[in-house]
Amino acid sequence: MMSKLRALDNRRLGFLSGIGDRWHALPKPWRIAFGLAFVVFLFALPRINIPFFRTVETDFTTVLWTVAIYVLVAVGLNVVIGLAGLLDLGYIGFFAVGAYSVALFGSPQSVLATKYPWLVCVPIAIALTMLSGVLLGWPTLRVRGDYLAIVTLGFGELIRLIAEKGDALTNGPRGIAEIPYPPGKWPAGVNSEWTGLDMFGPVTSLGWYWLTLVLVIVCMWAARRIEHSRVGRAWLAIREDEDAAEIMGVQAFRFKLWAFAIGAALGGLSGAIFAGKQNFMSSGSFELMTSILFVAMVVIGGSGNLAGVTLGAILVWYLPFKLQDFNITIDGERINFTEYRLLLFGLALIVIMTFRPQGLLPKRYRSSQPPAAAKEEVPV
Amino acid sequence: MQFEYWLDNFWSLTVGGLTQGAIYALVALGYTLVYGVLRLINFAHSEVFMIGTFAVPIAWTAIGYGRDAHPSGLGSVVLLFAVGLIAAALASAATAMLVERVAYRPLRPKNPPSLIFLITAIGASVVLSEAVGLLVKRKPMGAMTLIQPKEVFTIFGTSVDNVQLLVVGAAIGMMLLLDQFINRTRAGRGVRAVAQNPDAAALMGVNRDRIILMIFMLGGIMAGGAALLYMIKVGSTKYDAGFLLGVKAFAAAVLGGIGNLRGALLGGLLLGVVENWGAGLIGDKWIDATAFVVLVVILMFRPTGLLGESLGRARA
Amino acid sequence: MTMSDTLLKVDNVTLRFGGVTALDGVDFEVRRGEILGLIGPNGAGKTTCFNVMTGVFKPTAGEVTFDGERVSGRAKYAITRLGIARTFQNIRLFPEMTALENVLVGTDARHKTSVVGALFRLPRVKAEAHTLPESGWRRTFALTFGVSRHIAEERAARAKALDLLSFVGIEGHADAQAKNLSYGDQRRLEIARALATEPKLLCLDEPAAGFNPAEKARLLELIRKIRDLGLTVLLIEHDMRLVMGVTDRLVVLEFGKKIAEGSPAEVRENPKVIAAYLGVPQDAA
Repeated sequence: MMSKLRALDNRRLGFLSGIGDRWHALPKPWRIAFGLAFVVFLFALPRINIPFFRTVETDFTTVLWTVAIYVLVAVGLNVVIGLAGLLDLGYIGFFAVGAYSVALFGSPQSVLATKYPWLVCVPIAIALTMLSGVLLGWPTLRVRGDYLAIVTLGFGELIRLIAEKGDALTNGPRGIAEIPYPPGKWPAGVNSEWTGLDMFGPVTSLGWYWLTLVLVIVCMWAARRIEHSRVGRAWLAIREDEDAAEIMGVQAFRFKLWAFAIGAALGGLSGAIFAGKQNFMSSGSFELMTSILFVAMVVIGGSGNLAGVTLGAILVWYLPFKLQDFNITIDGERINFTEYRLLLFGLALIVIMTFRPQGLLPKRYRSSQPPAAAKEEVPV
Repeated sequence: MQFEYWLDNFWSLTVGGLTQGAIYALVALGYTLVYGVLRLINFAHSEVFMIGTFAVPIAWTAIGYGRDAHPSGLGSVVLLFAVGLIAAALASAATAMLVERVAYRPLRPKNPPSLIFLITAIGASVVLSEAVGLLVKRKPMGAMTLIQPKEVFTIFGTSVDNVQLLVVGAAIGMMLLLDQFINRTRAGRGVRAVAQNPDAAALMGVNRDRIILMIFMLGGIMAGGAALLYMIKVGSTKYDAGFLLGVKAFAAAVLGGIGNLRGALLGGLLLGVVENWGAGLIGDKWIDATAFVVLVVILMFRPTGLLGESLGRARA
Repeated sequence: MTMSDTLLKVDNVTLRFGGVTALDGVDFEVRRGEILGLIGPNGAGKTTCFNVMTGVFKPTAGEVTFDGERVSGRAKYAITRLGIARTFQNIRLFPEMTALENVLVGTDARHKTSVVGALFRLPRVKAEAHTLPESGWRRTFALTFGVSRHIAEERAARAKALDLLSFVGIEGHADAQAKNLSYGDQRRLEIARALATEPKLLCLDEPAAGFNPAEKARLLELIRKIRDLGLTVLLIEHDMRLVMGVTDRLVVLEFGKKIAEGSPAEVRENPKVIAAYLGVPQDAA
């Protein structure tokens, strides 16, 4: 039974890498054309009615926005876990710092009462999260990697505590409302009901989905650029053998700190978007266990691989919404799938790590089975 | 800063901290044992403790002592203490061994980086706490009051009650037993051998898998003891009660020197006291932040902990 | 002898772990342009000595100076940047990376691109022949606006890495993962990776371990070629015969102490060395 499953999974991977090879064999103009078409498709997705795929219970555009924002989170966390090999269990902390930065600097209700517009708050949020990442990484990244998990977990809890108990600053569970959002009104011709209303207001999530999608694409591009530079190579070397890398002249601590700071910045950006969209922020918005879901989406999808972590984000955030549509009941009680989300993805973590630690969509040539071509090159 | 408040209540804060710290120390032993032998953080150990806390009221209810029972007489209290200890130790040890079987053993032959073990352990931790949470519908579970707190004596003007004495005394007693077991028995020698040099131990005929399973079991028993003391002291538990206590116990283990049995005791007691002092100084609501700050400070200035690491060298 | 003749000086270095003394007042120097052999029986402290020189361990007493700079107390990467490179006795390549990437990590020691620079492709530097794209509008663009330092460094590093791979004789396996290389090729790759850091001193830790005589001969050839490039080589070996033919001078360690130093011929005649290698107690020899 086990070996059959394994064979099946190997065939799945073979199929995937076949697709990958064909994609890379395409002439560049074709790849660009297909890529652009796919992006257009993503932008149009909320208005396309694909049967079954669309969620019924929850507004589909909002679901798409939710997935997009967590893809952004996954791209950021992937830099930390997938590229630099550092396990960050307090990523929600950075998300919260970003969100609260926008709330505090933007909302008229906050004690700071600066009332900056959203666009000004975002760079502040990114700068503050980066700073918190560096402050957290500085003492901990020098010592063993495995402690980092617990320290970051503690950091996430600390941020949650401040959100909940730091009444003077965060207003605790009562929260901060009237968080600003970007300017812009819907022009005529998109939807007659929206014309003239705020593009990023409460009437629809479409504006937010589009904005988040743009940011996802920009951040993926940036992450790839860094990955394919000396920085990415240094991360890989550190992950494989930190001591050897340092003896070869790689400044391990500096690059690990960069990974931490970049990851934190992307977490902060996601939080800033989240705050603007929700318009309201309270300590209840940041369950520490969400951090575990963040780790799950990166690891289950395939850490180090942008397509993999995207798949992970879709699994973790789209699937429960979709399952909700089926209205499954046990003993007359309707199952709330979000209740089971942590249990299921906790199980998935064990299973994936045991049987395919590279995740569902592994990085291509770094899979544990070397591709046949590479094997033939080994001289006898 | 409420400096005066802290000074006025110095001894009561210290006594309360020692009591809490004794529980941290027992849980910290689980982290230390596993780390000493495998060099891995058993992330699921917090849930090992949590399941123990549920076992106590369940066992008591099963023998007719529900939430509102009032045991009378020394004999029945001792009996109930023993029943609670056995139930919690069994439940916790079984959970710990299950974690080893599911999250650690299948990976070991592949010899993956420690990150992978950490992630499976996190998975196991989430599964355990969520499974319990769903089973009890995320409601808290209370236990009867086994011992009514009663002042035994006063020290520096602070009263010390019987519950506090019992908690500290029982914790130290369990730790002494463990220490004797590791340092005096044949099985304990095997543990030290594997901790010092796994390859040499294997060559000398020590069964590594069995030693590792035993390590998890011992950590589980200690966590079970902590669970019983926690239920006697606090009286109620929840499916997520393990999480924070786990982080704190880990901080305690690192503070004393992870892998070092005596370090766990010292780190636990010290963390409990520091935490209480911190709460006295800057306010009760920040009590949970103290452990994190202690952890970061110790990592910055003395990452090997106060007593240094190594289970192998934990000699009398 | 003038100061500038000495490239590396190990000055009375002692290293203790708890109660064990791994190195005891070790004292020797490496002269510019020579091949120095560091020999001794197993467990004599040769690799430990390497580890002190490359910053893995801090000496308990004494210090190491390199090219007039103090080595002890510097970070490992900083020591590499001073100009000391090494290989490992138990090969420590980056197994999942390709041979070429392994060497590229070595070139990193001399790179200056920052994270921000890699992201925004700044600053621009003047394009040079080997950093220019081959043809088309990219070439025109690069000629007009220069290339980013990132691209310039990457292209130069690639060219250099390929050169080094062919220098050690494994250019055919540039794209193979390091873990899939044969044992001998892995050892050669380690040398190429170390050379990529542009060292003045190359330390080889038992590079011939596990080699058959033919492979050993090829390796000695390679070591001479490296010296001819103007590098100084420090060679650890416990097989005395191997080093006799290639080294200019030898330093012999036993139980963490230097017991002899001199030309191969002198060392071969030294009774202490003979005793150490034959296992005869020193006072009996």
